[in-house]
Amino acid sequence: MTRMLNVKDLRAYYGQVQALHGLEFGLNEGSLTTLLGANGAGKTTTLRAICNMVRTTGSIEFDGNAITGRSTENIVRLGIAHVPQGRGTFTTMTVEENLQLGSITRGDKAGIVSDIERMYDHFPVLKQRHTQQAGTLSGGEQQMLAVARALMLRPRLMLLDEPSFGLAPLIVRDLFRILGKINREDKVTILVVEQNAQLALELADQAYVIETGRIVMSGSATEIANNEDVRKSYLGY
Amino acid sequence: MELFTNQVLAGIATGAIYACMALAVVMIYQAIDHLNFAQGEMAMFSTFIAWQLMQWGVPYWGAFLLTLVFSFCGGIAIERLLFKPLAKAPILTNVAGFIALYAIINSSAGLIWDFTIKQFPTPFGSSPFLGSQLISTHQAGMIGVTLVLLVLLFFFFRFTRMGLAMRAAASLPESARLVGINTSWMIALGWGMAAAIGSIAGMMIAPVVFLEPNMMLGVLIYGFAAAVLGGLTSPFGAVIGGFLVGIFENLAGTYIPGIGNELKLPIALALIITVLVVKPAGLFGRPIVKRV
Amino acid sequence: MSTVQEVVTEAAVVEAVPKKAMTLGYGTSLVMLALLILVPLFVKNFVIFQLTMLLIYALAVLALNILTGGSGQFSLGQSAFYAVGAYTSAILMEHAGINYAVTLPIAGVICFGFGFLFGQPALRLSGVYLALATFALATAMPQLLKLGYFEYWTGGVQGLVVTKPDAPFGLPMSQDMWLYYFTLAVSVAIYVFSVNLLKSRSGRAFMAIRDNEIAASAMGIDVALYKTLAFGVSAGITGVAGALGAIAVQFVAPDSYTITLAISLFLGMVVGGVGWLPGSIVGSAFIIFVPNIAEGISKGLSGAVFGVLLFLVIFLVPHGARQVAMVAQQLIGKLRKN
Repeated sequence: MTRMLNVKDLRAYYGQVQALHGLEFGLNEGSLTTLLGANGAGKTTTLRAICNMVRTTGSIEFDGNAITGRSTENIVRLGIAHVPQGRGTFTTMTVEENLQLGSITRGDKAGIVSDIERMYDHFPVLKQRHTQQAGTLSGGEQQMLAVARALMLRPRLMLLDEPSFGLAPLIVRDLFRILGKINREDKVTILVVEQNAQLALELADQAYVIETGRIVMSGSATEIANNEDVRKSYLGY
Repeated sequence: MELFTNQVLAGIATGAIYACMALAVVMIYQAIDHLNFAQGEMAMFSTFIAWQLMQWGVPYWGAFLLTLVFSFCGGIAIERLLFKPLAKAPILTNVAGFIALYAIINSSAGLIWDFTIKQFPTPFGSSPFLGSQLISTHQAGMIGVTLVLLVLLFFFFRFTRMGLAMRAAASLPESARLVGINTSWMIALGWGMAAAIGSIAGMMIAPVVFLEPNMMLGVLIYGFAAAVLGGLTSPFGAVIGGFLVGIFENLAGTYIPGIGNELKLPIALALIITVLVVKPAGLFGRPIVKRV
Repeated sequence: MSTVQEVVTEAAVVEAVPKKAMTLGYGTSLVMLALLILVPLFVKNFVIFQLTMLLIYALAVLALNILTGGSGQFSLGQSAFYAVGAYTSAILMEHAGINYAVTLPIAGVICFGFGFLFGQPALRLSGVYLALATFALATAMPQLLKLGYFEYWTGGVQGLVVTKPDAPFGLPMSQDMWLYYFTLAVSVAIYVFSVNLLKSRSGRAFMAIRDNEIAASAMGIDVALYKTLAFGVSAGITGVAGALGAIAVQFVAPDSYTITLAISLFLGMVVGGVGWLPGSIVGSAFIIFVPNIAEGISKGLSGAVFGVLLFLVIFLVPHGARQVAMVAQQLIGKLRKN
């Protein structure tokens, strides 16, 4: 199994404040990994650092190539899709326009059209609302739209920042089920940052725990879920 | 009553000028989220280029097209060279940049072509339109060109991928980058398009107000006012705004006593601001909900 | 039309200046003051006159700094308040024989009222909309001053001539020199007042409004009151500057107070550093001397040269003189450590 993403000694800064202190981790191709941590631990910063949305030092390699110097849009074009916190949907545009935007860097018209249909298969509610403005969708629907938009890129790696945030548990289960399906069937490597540790560990095969900008634990999802400290701190029992 | 109708019609005719300029203003606002004070000067300079080409024997439509291309490239060049470096600077510093650009262009035009008034030809002729004394064929042509531009812009934004990308980049730059859009180039493109539209406005306006370096200042202010009145996010609103501003200006001049030419501008602006106090996003703009 | 409202977390139009950075340290201030007191003793009357104008425009830029850098309201209309102050002073001196010094507070109060009133409708506007509104005010003012109705008082298009005062108590100094020290005293008083205003509760209210109006209002700040207050104070100070200007220049005329003045004051604020009160004098120096330099370099292209010089300044120091001061402060700090 090849290492698709390799992060070494990553430090990230917001102005003078350092948020990541020498982060090290890797993602195997085809894996579904979750990054767990409390508020402020640096989870979002990690995802932003991968896409060069925050000032960093250290090394990030994608498929063996360094991506730290490149602009966000160029990193995306390499095949990394990022569903940010708050979803980042274009609220004033229609559902279909949002999906088209997801594929705006692609040239294959036919492929795009068929992909949009596939998204509607994964998420039937989007098809119902495809001419509606994205801002009129509910939170759960917008999250589905955000994921669908990311998939329109035909990414090799998908980063998701707290997809469960603000969503009802049933909807989160639904969403995670679809993420698992995408990982297995479409072979998309996924890194999910989550506060909802329980569901994330059920979904993922690998897990990392981050605390104050450092990785403090790593292993398979089952190992992490059974870990005494993790259970106390993040799973509540 | 007849005076009123006449003034309204005359207002629509002059309003076409402002509508055309307002389209360029909305275009730049879509790209960079603020107003460029030097836009009028850029339009003026482009019009002078067209004039110069015609002095050298290039036929009207050839000069028109060459000027369009030149303006498009010029707009992109100005953005890349002068305003991209200021992208991280505060907004007010950028505004100072617009003022500096204004000074540079205005002064250069004055030096190259001096300040004497020049005639600028119109492709539409200047006979009365359909026999009406109020609207000339040129003014009708101007209204026509403005409407064509509006339709083209509408199609561009709504039905092309580039238009979609530009709207995305203007709406949520960070999300746009996350779908792979080079937001920096979208801004440059916005400048290019605004410059091109501005040049069309200049070439339509020059036959009426005559070509000289200071011809655009009043027009630009009215153009801003029209764009703001219409709602800065709506090209359709900009055009309606332009016609309304033309009508306001004429009616104010006719019906409010003691208002000579000099006070028409502040009165028109005051009327527009009154509308804004009532409808802060303009007539057709999208209301913006501000969040903490 | 769309039903979805665009939700915007609006970045402040005016960037926040950390409070500490808003003024100079005591040492530097005293050095500046000493320079301002001593220099005129060694130069010719015309240079003294220019220094007087330097202080006067610095006051006007300072006023704009309070309004924009302090409370975040964008104004391109300061020339209107300057004109009202100037004319108030001229009319009181020439038509009512009032002493020049007394006209200053009167001009200040009248302009404060005028600004406060203008601030009311301006409450509903911000950003580009407020810019347009203030722009309208500035363009209207010269025309209003030329109106026939007021001609008896204002002197119409030709304006009024103002008598320059002599130094009082028979002091052995020229009119120019006396006026300079008078202006200096007024300027220092206003500067100290402004610094204290910004440090006070009102000042903090201004800055809260500038940084995040909605949050400020949620915290219980009477946004409407403070915004109009800011306009009023800013207009008042500009009015005093205008009054001083009228006396220094010895006449008032409508075309002296056009939108060009308002734009110059805006540029002065940017060059000096928005929200940095000491920068006002740097900005003032820029708008007084750089156009002359530009004309010296090329008469035909003076506007273009000015534009190029302005670009150079904003490329090198996008945050204005404040940036230079901060860099200098850091360098001095480093030198001290070694």
